[in-house]
Amino acid sequence: MDVFFYLGPIILMLLLLGFVTYAILFERKVIGWIQNRPGPNQVGPWGLFQTIADVLKLLLKEDVVPGKADRSLFKLAPIIAFVPAFAILAVIPFTETWQFGDFAVGLLYYIAISSITIIGILTGAWASNNKYSLLGGMRSAAQMISYEIPLVLSVVGIVMTTGSLDLNDIVLAQKKVWFIVPQFLAFLIFLIASLAELNRTPFDLPEAESELVAGYHVEYTGFRFAFFMLAEYVYVFAMASLTTCLFLGGWLPLFGLTMIPGILWFLLKFSLVVFSLFWIRATMPRLRVDQLMQFAWKVLLPLSLLNIFLTAIFKEIPVLSSFY
Amino acid sequence: MLRTEEMLLNMGPQHPSTHGVLRLVIKIDGEIIREVDPVIGYLHRGTEKLAEDLTYTQIIPYTDRLDYVSAMTNNYAVVHATEKLMGLEIPERAEYLRMITMELNRVASHLVWVGTYLLDLGAMSPFLYCFQDRETILNLFNELCGARLTYNYMRVGGVKWDAPDGWLQKVEEFVLYMQKELATYHDLISGNDIFLQRTRGIGIYTKEQALSYALSGSNLRVTGVPWDLRQHQSYSLYHQFQFEIPIGEKGDVLDKYHLRMQEIAESLKIVKQVLGVIKEGPIMGKVPKVLRVPEGEFYTGVESPRGELGCHIVSNGKNKPWRLKFRRPSFYNLQILPDLLKGENISNLVAILGGIDIILGEVDG
Repeated sequence: MDVFFYLGPIILMLLLLGFVTYAILFERKVIGWIQNRPGPNQVGPWGLFQTIADVLKLLLKEDVVPGKADRSLFKLAPIIAFVPAFAILAVIPFTETWQFGDFAVGLLYYIAISSITIIGILTGAWASNNKYSLLGGMRSAAQMISYEIPLVLSVVGIVMTTGSLDLNDIVLAQKKVWFIVPQFLAFLIFLIASLAELNRTPFDLPEAESELVAGYHVEYTGFRFAFFMLAEYVYVFAMASLTTCLFLGGWLPLFGLTMIPGILWFLLKFSLVVFSLFWIRATMPRLRVDQLMQFAWKVLLPLSLLNIFLTAIFKEIPVLSSFY
Repeated sequence: MLRTEEMLLNMGPQHPSTHGVLRLVIKIDGEIIREVDPVIGYLHRGTEKLAEDLTYTQIIPYTDRLDYVSAMTNNYAVVHATEKLMGLEIPERAEYLRMITMELNRVASHLVWVGTYLLDLGAMSPFLYCFQDRETILNLFNELCGARLTYNYMRVGGVKWDAPDGWLQKVEEFVLYMQKELATYHDLISGNDIFLQRTRGIGIYTKEQALSYALSGSNLRVTGVPWDLRQHQSYSLYHQFQFEIPIGEKGDVLDKYHLRMQEIAESLKIVKQVLGVIKEGPIMGKVPKVLRVPEGEFYTGVESPRGELGCHIVSNGKNKPWRLKFRRPSFYNLQILPDLLKGENISNLVAILGGIDIILGEVDG
């Protein structure tokens, strides 16, 4: 057996974790700049060790389980929320070769596994035996299930065009033109729905700190809390990667600049998506819960159905079908 | 039929958006609020009782701690009532300095409201922009009287400190800057679709309701009643200057936002006019060493950023008041809350509560 077969994924995993660590710092820096302040800059040069210090602090915190909580569920919940976040990274193709596993149904796998997290969130909210976390958990479940539907439907157009659920095939199908051009409507729906899936502003209702204090993880301390937060950030990472693969041509170069390696192209596009997520967070207020639901069912869902319809029609028109 | 139960939710006193230590006991049915019971008193310090054992000058720092977001106006309320009872003459420059500080304080106070309100709605950045501009005002006050929040600036008969060299210049620069900056706020907030959706048609009450609850300030003006003590009782030297009383149309939270933004603009206008006429001169009038207030009663109201801040002094001729009563606007404005929240969705709670603009130091007194 090849040693690299075992070591490769571990190295890639560590790289990913390092990247997630600095994505958190990057978020805080970006929001800091937008708000005329320096952001974290005390721990290490340019605040480089801030996230590490935060994680260490959380490790040192006392692990509190509320007296009236359901102990076993309370302890299980962060794990249920956290494991799928890492499991979905398996199918993301960072380049042609850098990928944990090449599945024929990668996209389906991603969508299926990522919706397991909501069970963890709901379990944690219920097990905490706290009214605020229950409200937060309920909102979370409603929101994530509602937005899952437009999210899935928005990528159907791409699947119809490429005829494959394999993310490698989807990236390679964008050699001529990125899917952001023919599937622009789908891109918008996907971006909005993924914001909601990630519980980020303006859809951060489950943890709306001004109403629900912290939502579903209000009773969690120390590293159990860190698990929820880590899951959330890994999802940001995964969702931005998926957006890059689906709409921005993954590792494929722009303007035929093939001398720049694919991984750099991927990072560049990925950073652009992540930056726009942070930008939105710094600018927008939060939606109200009923408006949020209305938006999913009355706006996003019909639009994504329309997108499927249009894709099907364009595919049959000879002049346009070369794009699809 | 599934049995459902009302849930009793305790919000506060340690909750991030009750703006201090307000506690709300809420009965909710699903997400609909059935009943709200505000519990107050967590910040009660017995200012009125303490004042009975303090000389008039000693009372002033206690008023700083009532509405700690606009302490200048509080200072003025007690100082003004005492002066009226004693019939003192105040030098012009002192009166102008009081007006500048009071109006700047109103701007600072409204900026805090805009910032924290947007924070309640989940937008983070406006909060920081507002606080940066407020910081400029606090620095100006710091330069003037050495304190950023609890100023203790006014005295019976005048003010404690004269404006340092170049201070008035700095104030003018700030006014010009802020007048431009307001446009930026409108760019960022006023057109934001999510903000409009969350505030339009929320927390509406009628003129009659407002009057029967004795609301004052922007909470009353938002229903279309142009009542502003700066014009209607014309204390200090406000009658010399031109300014308008902005009023609302619909009485929802969005109107309150626009109204307070307009009030910032009007306050800046007043400061600018005062800067045009202020001259060198004494800052303290002729005041006896020991303030003995003649026997009698006097009530005076001033327009604080939150409404009518009243001060009722009963004196029996000694150097301490026999009874001192503050009409604290936040306390009165809060009373309408249970009425407004009944039947609302719980996600509107913070939007409505925030719209009232309460300061817990003032509610609890």
